[in-house]
Amino acid sequence: MSMHYFANPARFTRLAARIQPWAGGLAAILLLVGLYLALVVVPADYQQGDTVRIMFVHVPSAWMAMFCYSFLAVASAVGLIWKHPLADLAAKASAPIGAGFTFLALVTGSLWGKPMWGAWWVWDARLTSVLILFFLYLGYMALWQAIEDSQKAGKAAAVLALVGAVNVPIIKFSVDWWNTLHQPASVLRMDGPAIHPTMLWPLLIMALAFKAYFVALLLARMRMELNLRRIRALRLAERTS
Amino acid sequence: MRAFQAIIARDLLLAVRQGGATFLALVFFLLTVTLFPLGIGPEPAILARVAPGVLWVAALLAAMLSLDRLFQADFEDGSLEQLTLSGLPVSLIVLAKIITHWLTTGLPLLLAAPVLAVLLNMNSEGFTALLLTMLIGTPALSLIGAIGAALTLTVRRGGVLLSLLVLPLYIPVLIFGVSAIDAAVHGLNAKPHLLLLAALTMAAIPLCPWAAAAAVKLSLE
Repeated sequence: MSMHYFANPARFTRLAARIQPWAGGLAAILLLVGLYLALVVVPADYQQGDTVRIMFVHVPSAWMAMFCYSFLAVASAVGLIWKHPLADLAAKASAPIGAGFTFLALVTGSLWGKPMWGAWWVWDARLTSVLILFFLYLGYMALWQAIEDSQKAGKAAAVLALVGAVNVPIIKFSVDWWNTLHQPASVLRMDGPAIHPTMLWPLLIMALAFKAYFVALLLARMRMELNLRRIRALRLAERTS
Repeated sequence: MRAFQAIIARDLLLAVRQGGATFLALVFFLLTVTLFPLGIGPEPAILARVAPGVLWVAALLAAMLSLDRLFQADFEDGSLEQLTLSGLPVSLIVLAKIITHWLTTGLPLLLAAPVLAVLLNMNSEGFTALLLTMLIGTPALSLIGAIGAALTLTVRRGGVLLSLLVLPLYIPVLIFGVSAIDAAVHGLNAKPHLLLLAALTMAAIPLCPWAAAAAVKLSLE
């Protein structure tokens, strides 16, 4: 079975419709378990107190922010190289989800930063590079919006996504470099002691919940996009007949 | 190669005859830099501290503002399409246009930068570094910007979109450019920063025309 087996939209829609409720259900269950563990079971940190619980949303969102961009870049490459009809769609559908996770990571990071560092925002290397990643997502979505022909928009956005993917490590490196030059290691050492298993498990469960949520949302968005295209095609056919 | 040179010669001639564009970029550069002392205050020490960053940010914005001219006029009157029929690879056509863009924008900015650095009271140790970073870094601005300009060719009023696409990609150039000057001003070794900046430009030379050519072909379809 090749990659092009699911190039048929009808076949894909059928499969997606079957997977989507499972992914959604899995996300809901994992989220409930993870949140229960994170908010109730896990003891407050001896240094950070209850604010440490922000981590259980913040860290998975930051992971997802990176994951979604990688997914977007791979889907774009598949779309450009093999002209897979669903790849552009997958890339388009994943961008707002990734931007959402990135935004969540920034907001929770800021909420966590206020009690920890005493400021809503610090120009820490990690924060700054996530902010730039957010701008990359916005640019990608804006380009999709700006070009009317969806075929052309898909290709142009794919070129941009790949250029961005090449640049993400460079930006990350340059921002790290910039940060070490301007403000030497200060309070912002998040990678202090190794994480304790009582905290690691809820974190991993939350991360899995976010992944399952991503799959469910991605499939829903892709099906929506396919249906929108079908509606447009039907309307056009109606008008011309 | 002759066709390549011919494109550069033609575009340079157009830039000279039409005039204005280079002048506007320079005036924009001058004006933005002038705004900073007005906004921050005239204390020489503070100005000297922010001078490298202000100069680079202003140069970056000036280079970005002139990007929409890179392909737009040729795209609208159809000569871009004619050029692609010449048999020359599209990436080389794009590279020729990038070179012209640098000659008409990057180079004038480079020449104007020291004068503005004097106005901002920048430490004299930083001047060589300023010139070197501008010389090495501004080609990267033209190269990376070409991708954004090509992607927004078919977009009506693509200027704002262009800045959204291009500015995040400019960040590494800005960082290495400014840190090289900062290092020189503080009497440190500027060489590592300059080498990294050069690496960026070197990587951009083969990659950017290629990506921009893909985008140009898309808008000509």
